[in-house]
Order: sequence, then structure tokens, then C-alpha cells
Amino acid sequence: MVSQGTTTATPETDAAGVVERGRPGAGERLAGVLERTWRPVALLAACFAAWWAITAFKLVEAYLVPSPGATLRLLGDKWGYIWHHTWVTTYETLLGFAIAVVVGVAAAVVMVYSRTVERTLYPVLLFAQVIPKIAIAPLFVVWLGFGIGPKIVVAVLIAFFPVVISMVAGLKAVDPEMLELSATMGASPMATFTKIRLPASLPHLFSGLKVAVTLAVTGAVVGEFVGANQGLGYVILQANGNLDTPMLFAGLLVMSAIGVVLFVAVEVAEKLLLPWHASRRGGSVTTTY
Amino acid sequence: MRIMSRPEPGTRGAGRESAVRVEDVAVRFRSRRRDVTALRDVSLDVAMGEFVAIVGPSGCGKSTLLKLVAGLLKPSSGTVRLRGEDVAGPRHDIGYVFQRAALLEWRSARRNILLQAEMRRMPSGRARERTAELIAMTGLTGFEDALPHELSGGMQQRVALCRALLHEPPVLLMDEPFGALDALTREQLNIEMNRIWRETGTTVLLVTHSVAEAAYLANRVVVMSDRPGTVAEVIDVGLPAERDYAETMARPEFARVTNRVRTLLGAGAAAD
Repeated sequence: MVSQGTTTATPETDAAGVVERGRPGAGERLAGVLERTWRPVALLAACFAAWWAITAFKLVEAYLVPSPGATLRLLGDKWGYIWHHTWVTTYETLLGFAIAVVVGVAAAVVMVYSRTVERTLYPVLLFAQVIPKIAIAPLFVVWLGFGIGPKIVVAVLIAFFPVVISMVAGLKAVDPEMLELSATMGASPMATFTKIRLPASLPHLFSGLKVAVTLAVTGAVVGEFVGANQGLGYVILQANGNLDTPMLFAGLLVMSAIGVVLFVAVEVAEKLLLPWHASRRGGSVTTTY
Repeated sequence: MRIMSRPEPGTRGAGRESAVRVEDVAVRFRSRRRDVTALRDVSLDVAMGEFVAIVGPSGCGKSTLLKLVAGLLKPSSGTVRLRGEDVAGPRHDIGYVFQRAALLEWRSARRNILLQAEMRRMPSGRARERTAELIAMTGLTGFEDALPHELSGGMQQRVALCRALLHEPPVLLMDEPFGALDALTREQLNIEMNRIWRETGTTVLLVTHSVAEAAYLANRVVVMSDRPGTVAEVIDVGLPAERDYAETMARPEFARVTNRVRTLLGAGAAAD
């Protein structure tokens, strides 16, 4: 080749083809899942074992730290009561999260398309973010009463920021050459948005959504702390007042479970909606010469 | 594959139609600290169906020149005309290929090519037919449903080329399209590019760092100089349109052109 060293050869980008490895069988897949999960599961088990040891060997008084057995027994015995409050908190969380996503994505789109709006909104957003939510939550109770309102407002406030930030980053991360190409194709601004910018921003958005959904749980519980007659925040405050530590621990366990379940739900949604992104990260398919 | 009505590729002379006409163009970029003159006194005339390669050192404004022709950038002074019309704003009668394939990661090869049709609201039957033709022509058969990250760099660039050719643009603008590929893939794509140019009859403006690529593909080679970028010399290649790779490399005309280009660029710049 007479190109006089003008080419930059990259070993992984070559001519010919795609080589697809065979799809893994059920056994292989199970082995893969075990391989990925045994470490965190083992760590969790170790934590439970430590908890159990602390209580079993009476290192701490039982009224301060209840045993895992007592906590689980209570979860079983009072399941109806706990389930009701779990549902209330989940409902508040989901509603707050949904509103945060809709408003956050809309705000991000407007901010990316207008520098004026971005300059105007950003300080306000930052201000709303840095205000300690726990400190303004009582104000919402004064304004909106003891109902579901203040909980949702706090959940929205706390979950909104990561949604906006990730969506703005996603929309700005679009390849500028892609936008130039779009211009030479005579594409309408709407088509450029729906076919190029929006899909390109989704991986960023989803990383923001994962943070936002766990924060929304916190928001709902904070809202319940300052004034509520139902929800897990209320359950924990009640248990605290009665020195009912098994109920307190049960509430905490369920609350964490809500966060984990919602986080996993967002991850599953990401895998279903963005298979191209997931497979890219997974590297299940490779290119060879 | 449909062949557009056109004169014999590369025939130039009296009464020829201009595909691209750049006259006394200057481009200055204004930044807070200093003004940068990217192009100065650039004039260029490209005939319909002609293949013109632009070579020059890095940062001499070659890419800027292509963007002017595409209407993605406005000149600070001078005029740019595409097919007899003043360029004011992005032009839709061109195809554009960048150094990076710039494919949509979530779309298969076929659907990346079809993006061109969707944006232009081309009738879908016609677009699918044309896509199939291009896939066959560029050797992408069998990779239609692969996602970009499953394709090699050469394959990705073929997809970008198909996308740029889908609407049968009279003018194809290529900005170092093979610059990121390894030498063998590049050679292979050069050979394919010569065939595609002959088959489609499109006018091509190719920006490249490779002197050999320029001489092998083009009717004329425009050599640009640095800071501010301007046309140093335009060299007629004087080879027939249909070019066998190895045979062309061995011809005296080829050696004459590449030697002249290297002399103009200076030994160091040619290997840039």
C-alpha cells in the first residue's frame, strides 16, 4: 500500500465481518447469574449474620437492637398493617417520581433548545436542589395539609434534579456531525429531535432515573415524617415513640426493599427499551477481521 | 444500478456545467482572544461528474471548505455556488460522509441508511429498493440487520457511504472518509469508491490526507497550503476513469502527480 503512513490502523476496526457467539444455554446463563450475584448475596448474608450474632450473644440489649428472628416474626404477624403503609409510601413515591420525570424531561428539553431559558432556570433549579428538603417539608404541611400532597411535593423536589441534569447532559451529548448530517437531509427540527436527539439521550436519562427513583423513596418518607397518619415514615415515628424497635427495624427493611425493587424496575425498563445500549455494554457480540 | 445521465466522468472543457464553484472565499473565525483566518483567496471550480481530491496539511481548512459547499458554514467573504445556485443555508442536494461514520447506535445498518429517506420523506418503496441496491453495491450484504457496534470500521463507513448515496445526490462531499481505517481496508474501499463513482456518475469532493488515495481516485488534485489555508496548486491527474489499483500505482502519471503533491506539501507534511 502506497499510502505513506497516512493511515492510522486500529486493530479492532477492520474490513470484513461480524462474528456472533452462540446464544448461551440455560445452564450457562444460570452459571452467569450465580457468578455475578454470589458476592453481593454473600455480603448481605454476612451482614445478617453479624446482626444475628450481636443479638444472640447479647452484645446489645434486645430493646435497642431486636434479633433478625423477632423482626421477621413481626413482619409476618403484622403483615396487614405493614402492607397498608408500604402501599401508601410506594404510591407517593411513584407519583412523585412520575411527576419529576415528566417535568424534569420537559424542563431539560426547553433548556437545551433555549440558552435564555437555560440561563434563567439553572440558578432556580440549583436553589431548589440545595435547600434541605427536610427543612422545608413542614412548610408544605402548613400549605397542603396532612394528606398526600406534601409527600409528593417533597418526592418531586428531591427526584427532579438528577432527571434534569442527566437529560440535559444526554441531549447535549449528541454527535454534532449527526446534527450536521440531519441538516443536509433537510430534516425538520421535530424529526431531528425524535429520530436523533431523543434516542441518543436515553442512556444518560436512565442513569439519572436510577438515582431519582431511590431519592423519591426518601422524599416520600421525609414528607411522612413531618406530618402524616399513614405510610412507612409514620410507622417508624410511631414505633420510635413506643420504643418498639422490632417494628422500627421492620419498617426500615421494607423501605429499603421498596428502593431496591424500584431501582431494579428502572434497570429492567432500560434493558427492554435500550437493548442496543445494554448489549454494547455487555459486549456479547464482537467484531473480528 | 441506475446510472444518471451525465457526461463521461472527468471530461472537462468548453461548455461544461459547474457542480461547485467557489470564488475568492475567505473564512475567519472570531474567538475572544484572537481572530483565526481558516481560508483565504480560495477559488475552485468542479465540473459535473468530476472527482476532485483536496489534500493539505492538518488545519489548512480542507474540512471548512466542504462545509462551505454544504452550506453548513457561511464564508466571511466571497461566493460559493452549488449547481449554479448561491449556497445560503444547508443544501439538501448533497451527500455527506465524515471521517467517523456517525451512525445511530440503536439502528441497524439498513435502518441507518434509511434515515436519509425518512428525513427526506422519500416514498418508502423506492427507498427500500434503493437501499437494497446500495447494500449490494458496497458489499454490505449479510450485515443489513447488524447494529453499528457489531460492525468493523470499514463496514460502518460503507453504511455511512450508502446513507450519503441513498437520495442519488448530484454532489458527494467526503471529509477524510477512510482516514480512520487500516491500510488494507482503506485500499479496498478506494477501489470500491472508484467503481461507485463511475457507476453513479456523481460529482465527488474528497478531502484526504493520503496523497496516493487522492491520485488514485481523482481527476484533479487540489493541494492546499497552511495558515491561512489557500489553494497552492491544482494538478490534473490525467488517468482514465476506470483504474486498476496496482496498475495505476505503477503508471508514470501516478508517480508524477504524487511526487508533485509531495513536493508542494514538503516531505514532512505528506506523511502527516
